[in-house]
Amino acid sequence: MSAELATAPGHDAGHDDHGHVSAENNFLGLPNIKLAMWAFLGSECMFFGSLIGTYFFYHGKSLGGPLPTQVFSLTITSISTFLLLMSSMTMALAVDATRLRKLSQARAYILATAVLGATFVGFQIYEFSQFVSEGLKLQTSLFGSTFFVMTGFHGAHVTVGVIWLTMLSMLISNGKLNKDKASVTVEVAGLYWHFVDIVWIVIFTFVYLLEFIK
Amino acid sequence: MASVADFAQAQAPVYHQERPAKSGLVDWLTTVDHKKIGILYGTAGVFWLLIGGLEALLFRLQLAKPDQDLFIGTQYNGLVTMHATTMVFLAVMPMIAGFSNYFVPLMIGARDVAFPRLNAFSWYTFLFGSLVINASIVFAHFPAGGWTGYAPLSTRAYGNDGMDFWWAGLVLLAISSMVAGVNFVVTILNMRAPGMTLMRVPVLAWMMLVIQFLLAFSFPPIAVGLIFLAFDRTFGAVFYETAMGGDPHLWQHLFWLFGHPEVYVLILPSMGIVSEVLPVFARRPLFGQHAVIFSGVFIGFVGFGVWGHHMFTAGMGPIADAVFAATTAVIAIPTGVKIFNWLGTLWGGKLTFPVAMLFAISFIPMFTIGGLSGVMHANAPLDLQQHDSYFVVAHFHYVLVGGALQGLFSGIYFYFPKITGKMLSEALGKAHFWLFLIGMNMTFWPMHDLGNRGMPRRIYTYPADAGWNFDNLLATAGVFFMAAGTLIMVYNMLNSLKNGKEAGRDPWDANTLEWMTTSPPPAHNFDFTPVVFSERPLFDHKHTEDLAIPVPSEAEQIHMPSPSWKPLVVATGALLIIVGLLLFNVAPLLWLVSVAGALTVVVGIYQWVSEPV
Repeated sequence: MSAELATAPGHDAGHDDHGHVSAENNFLGLPNIKLAMWAFLGSECMFFGSLIGTYFFYHGKSLGGPLPTQVFSLTITSISTFLLLMSSMTMALAVDATRLRKLSQARAYILATAVLGATFVGFQIYEFSQFVSEGLKLQTSLFGSTFFVMTGFHGAHVTVGVIWLTMLSMLISNGKLNKDKASVTVEVAGLYWHFVDIVWIVIFTFVYLLEFIK
Repeated sequence: MASVADFAQAQAPVYHQERPAKSGLVDWLTTVDHKKIGILYGTAGVFWLLIGGLEALLFRLQLAKPDQDLFIGTQYNGLVTMHATTMVFLAVMPMIAGFSNYFVPLMIGARDVAFPRLNAFSWYTFLFGSLVINASIVFAHFPAGGWTGYAPLSTRAYGNDGMDFWWAGLVLLAISSMVAGVNFVVTILNMRAPGMTLMRVPVLAWMMLVIQFLLAFSFPPIAVGLIFLAFDRTFGAVFYETAMGGDPHLWQHLFWLFGHPEVYVLILPSMGIVSEVLPVFARRPLFGQHAVIFSGVFIGFVGFGVWGHHMFTAGMGPIADAVFAATTAVIAIPTGVKIFNWLGTLWGGKLTFPVAMLFAISFIPMFTIGGLSGVMHANAPLDLQQHDSYFVVAHFHYVLVGGALQGLFSGIYFYFPKITGKMLSEALGKAHFWLFLIGMNMTFWPMHDLGNRGMPRRIYTYPADAGWNFDNLLATAGVFFMAAGTLIMVYNMLNSLKNGKEAGRDPWDANTLEWMTTSPPPAHNFDFTPVVFSERPLFDHKHTEDLAIPVPSEAEQIHMPSPSWKPLVVATGALLIIVGLLLFNVAPLLWLVSVAGALTVVVGIYQWVSEPV
């Protein structure tokens, strides 16, 4: 019987190393938390797909108010986009550091990512206030409603990421995230962070840049 | 020959838990045990089933005779809206969640779900969502915009104050479903016992896997639609303002992109239950098990491409109409495959007819009637005639009552002994079955006729000379039969808890792993991790010496997750965020409640990840 036990698929495939020790099996050989993040990101694709889809459904149908080209400032948004892209690099370096079990280095990269993300949110707040002063509010037009809600929810996702990264750095500081657990935990935060970054690349390309190609 | 009794010989496991479970109320508030959460979901589902049924009974009384004025106008609309919202989101979905929670880990040989505390969080957000929707009757009025909430009919200009509670509650329910979806996808894919390959996963667990994907991927669009509605109603955004260029199609697309996969969320678990019950009481393996599984997966995929058939009258244009007509016709094929597989399972079997089997057998023709009237609507020109008539009401009630609900009833009679350790009374169960079957046909069959003779949906009365009097009276009378049957079921359950016959591990001589453990199962489910060699591990254990499940001689080391307050704390934070947005309508400064809620969520999550499990 023991030979059959050993050959049964899923047997002895390791254990979930994220504290969820309710069962010892790990059928796909992938940590639960990582699989959960991929499933969640699939769900998020539908979420942002609906938001961005609505923006284009209503594109050019506003009955008044400023047009996108009248309020967008490519200079400002390019700078903030560059910062967010750089934050994906620091995030990747943080994941790499946890694989090498260098937690203090990882913590520094995590904090750098959080600072870059927070700066991006700061740029977005400035951008929103500029738009409002130029006469584009949530209530002004279909463009106002779709633009502010779509980019607002993206900004909220970045904010959640910043809080998440801050928590991770606190957990590393007070020793609650040890070297064994850190690799997968930080990697999962990285998956989220890169996803939010990719969503912004889509928004920046299709919502901002395409507006100026005529 | 091996028997289920062998499993009692296993050594009691060596148990480890950081913080042992408390007793009584605290236990139920802090539990992360999938079985207790399943019981909570199931109890809530049955409770809301009674409330939703009562709402139906009230508006059927109004429609029993022409020209009545029991519940008219907004009152009638409120009852209809709440009946549908309650039945879909608060009765059938939590009953499904109850079965999913209780039985998926048992069926795949796991000790719990992948994320037990996240599971408790899903339960609390569901509970708070259901309470928020129903709080509308206390603080305002029942939402009266229809369960589909079509904007702009649900915006501030046309919808009543209850619609605020409606979107707020549904946002919480959407969060609950998306989180649960992710949790169970991971559980079923990653927590299977050794040897349980995907093709050996029981059909019910497979259908649960399909609907968890549907939940995770179909709730975001309606969440976005609800967020737009919330922004319109609360902050004056213009998503659905036709005067500002807003397009009524927007809501319909977002709603039905969720709404049609949701139909399969409601029916696939019942198909799974029937696929478990029929083989046990026909004493034959499920005919074409792989075909049943793959057709379920196919339904799940294509279910995302058929939503437009709800919108044939909305003016999408001939190309879109043609595409959605084709996809809708295609989805009838896997459904038909399943029906023939069930018939093939029964063919030549040694049939016995306990109540679980009666409901499972009657599921097949009742669901088929609903399926046939449904596939008619794939024909766009025909649909133009039947749209918004009682024919459509007849169609989806045959699918949801004759299909989904009868399947769930079958599951209740089949699985109650495992959950409680007590058998339900067969005599009372048979009374329930016949009353319910007769009642549902009395109520919903005449609606085909009413629809064909032109009675529209969503009208609160009709003139005496329209020729609709007899059918309507019959429909109302049927509701009393269904109500009586359902009340008998509730009495049966309560009575059996006290006086029921002891069930033992395996009262039905069944095939799958959940029947291997005690009834009710211990907190850790199995004293040892079962090893699986076939798609019917327990049947083969009992009947095939070579495939017997090995009972290890050594005690297993088990670490179980500890109870936790944190899911309740974080869910309360989410509730406060939503309540703050509702209070913003009362006094803008009260948005600070939302800020308090957000802080509760952040602090709660930090404590959540810090506490040892």
